[in-house]
Amino acid sequence: MAVVAVLVRRPLEQVTVREAINQGMDEELERDEKVFLLGEEVAQYDGAYKVSRGLWKKYGDKRIIDTPISEMGFAGIAVGAAMAGLRPICEFMTFNFSMQAIDQVINSAAKTYYMSGGLQSVPIVFRGPNGASAGVAAQHSQCFAAWYGHCPGLKVVSPWSSEDAKGLIKSAIRDNNPVVMLENELMYGVPFELPSEAQSKDFLIPIGKAKIERQGTHVTIVAHSRPVGHCLEAATVLSKEGIECEVINLRTIRPMDIETIEASVMKTNHLVTVEGGWPQFGVGAEICARIMEGPAFNFLDAPAVRVTGADVPMPYAKILEDNSVPQVKDIIFAIKKTLNI
Amino acid sequence: MRKMLAAVSRVLSGVAQKPASRVLVASRHFANDATFEIKKCDLHRLEEGPPVTTVLTREDGLKYYRMMQTVRRMELKADQLYKQKIIRGFCHLCDGQTLLPMQEACCVGLEAGINPTDHLITAYRAHGFTFTRGLSVREILAELTGRRGGCAKGKGGSMHMYAKNFYGGNGIVGAQVPLGAGIALACKYNGKDEVCLTLYGDGAANQGQIFEAYNMAALWKLPCIFICENNRYGMGTSVERAAASTDYYKRGDFIPGLRVDGMDILCVREATKFAAAYCRSGKGPILMELQTYRYHGHSMSDPGVSYRTREEIQEVRSKSDPIMLLKDRMVNSNLASVEELKEIDVEVRKEIEDAAQFATADPEPPLEELGYHIYCNDPPFEVRGANQWIKFKSIS
Repeated sequence: MAVVAVLVRRPLEQVTVREAINQGMDEELERDEKVFLLGEEVAQYDGAYKVSRGLWKKYGDKRIIDTPISEMGFAGIAVGAAMAGLRPICEFMTFNFSMQAIDQVINSAAKTYYMSGGLQSVPIVFRGPNGASAGVAAQHSQCFAAWYGHCPGLKVVSPWSSEDAKGLIKSAIRDNNPVVMLENELMYGVPFELPSEAQSKDFLIPIGKAKIERQGTHVTIVAHSRPVGHCLEAATVLSKEGIECEVINLRTIRPMDIETIEASVMKTNHLVTVEGGWPQFGVGAEICARIMEGPAFNFLDAPAVRVTGADVPMPYAKILEDNSVPQVKDIIFAIKKTLNI
Repeated sequence: MRKMLAAVSRVLSGVAQKPASRVLVASRHFANDATFEIKKCDLHRLEEGPPVTTVLTREDGLKYYRMMQTVRRMELKADQLYKQKIIRGFCHLCDGQTLLPMQEACCVGLEAGINPTDHLITAYRAHGFTFTRGLSVREILAELTGRRGGCAKGKGGSMHMYAKNFYGGNGIVGAQVPLGAGIALACKYNGKDEVCLTLYGDGAANQGQIFEAYNMAALWKLPCIFICENNRYGMGTSVERAAASTDYYKRGDFIPGLRVDGMDILCVREATKFAAAYCRSGKGPILMELQTYRYHGHSMSDPGVSYRTREEIQEVRSKSDPIMLLKDRMVNSNLASVEELKEIDVEVRKEIEDAAQFATADPEPPLEELGYHIYCNDPPFEVRGANQWIKFKSIS
């Protein structure tokens, strides 16, 4: 019976992003006993967004730790544990709260390997939902990709799909450096087909490599996290009009895979960046600057264009919130503008 | 007889002729150890405290003396090098001679109370601890002068020195305390009976994250010894002007605490042993306040007299020098001779001179290494310099 089962091709699993992160953490907790998870509500509550569901039941108090509401304190504790050789996953209920702890992330974690001349490593993962949610207003909707992406010594990843989420959390946990994983609450419940390789316990997605989600010839669209989905939607709409978009899923904010973007721009001659965060000093701004500095600049037929969140603190009323985040129509508009259509 | 007289006169004339003093020393019988009374510690939520008497062996006494002198001389040398502008930036020193806190007894006393397998983390006044935790004066001074032979290869400077089981050297006031609690968490997680000494100053004691660390350490019974080095001034602000309660050993509230005479190395040692035993028994964290005094300014740029009187400084200096205290005890109990200790002074001075020589002669780190050590265990990559054409290779 077992032999027959192996011969039959397994159907592609439908797995939500939440389940993918859960699986990734579970596999790494099982693989290496130095790995542990701490944060608010991660244990007995199964995670504020149920991402760590079942883990406390399986691994117990020692490895899945509920913390008091003390971000600066528990982030520091997590960094200290990493310095002493453990491999903590430190969850921020949302990255908005990481601002309380940001000194520990940057000054204690990111810079230490450099300051110590290579003596002291900090193998830690900071993860949690980032950016806009729905109706949670200004203090709970900020995107931190630019803030964390700014700092040498950190790695910053931003998964979109389940495959991204699983492969990146596993790579992040196995990485000996501080890694910030920016998840997205609105993506947690979205199912994706998980390809068979992703079902292996050693499935890893390399940090620092972007993925071309859709091939195209007329324009390069670069995005990270949830907007990747919007870009693919925009691409589908535009395809009917004969415009073929190449959609790049950044996957990693830092170190950024500028080469993949450059190669694409050199093919399509047009660039649109899409992100949920604010425009000033953002991910798109960095991409544009780097494209200007590199070989791809001479291949641009029009200035690069950015699609971003509106330059306001996130409002609450639905009509206002809807217009404060990049929508498919905004992406389409920007693409047509840059193509002069 | 004539030879003996000649030898004695050579020694008395101040020339440290080894053979002669050895003859003198060898002919004396020293005590193997002596018992000393030490100050009783104030206690918070503790029924009993550390013992009020302790035995000091001759061997330990000589070791502590040498270590304290080394720390003091090293800090004095750093002081000198800073004034010569060979050391740049911040230079927070811990010796008791110049305008700096007299904390030699703290770093040597704490080390005497724990094992090398235990862990220690402190703030930015870290040179003394870097030494007591095992690094050489050479690599410490060379790090201060920013040379390739520095313990952090010149990348860190005064505030960022690391060694085995020593986690720096931390520049952000108070941030090291949650880190220390985290190291203690790792100790408990690994189940090896190790403890973590987590140091901070009276100024840092008002940081909120310290109270967050107290809470979690107590909740999870982490083997963390919180240690407040109270030198009565946070930069220019005296404790009375900064803290609503200056009983730092009580500030852990539900965490038991003791207040220790930080100028007496034996007191520090006994208190540390007591605290370490408490933690190792699984009872959770404990808090120690070490009372010291900062003679000099907060750092090299502060003369330290704008906020207190010279009389105040002079009085404390003359009464509580920890090195003098140990020396007097040892000589008066026949644990060592004055000459023997002087010999140690000479050796220490030479060690420091040699180290300073190295630290000033060693070249700066090569420019090519500017981009090194961004990531650990990664393949080489490129780091951007001041403009897009300047690239540095980054190697782990």
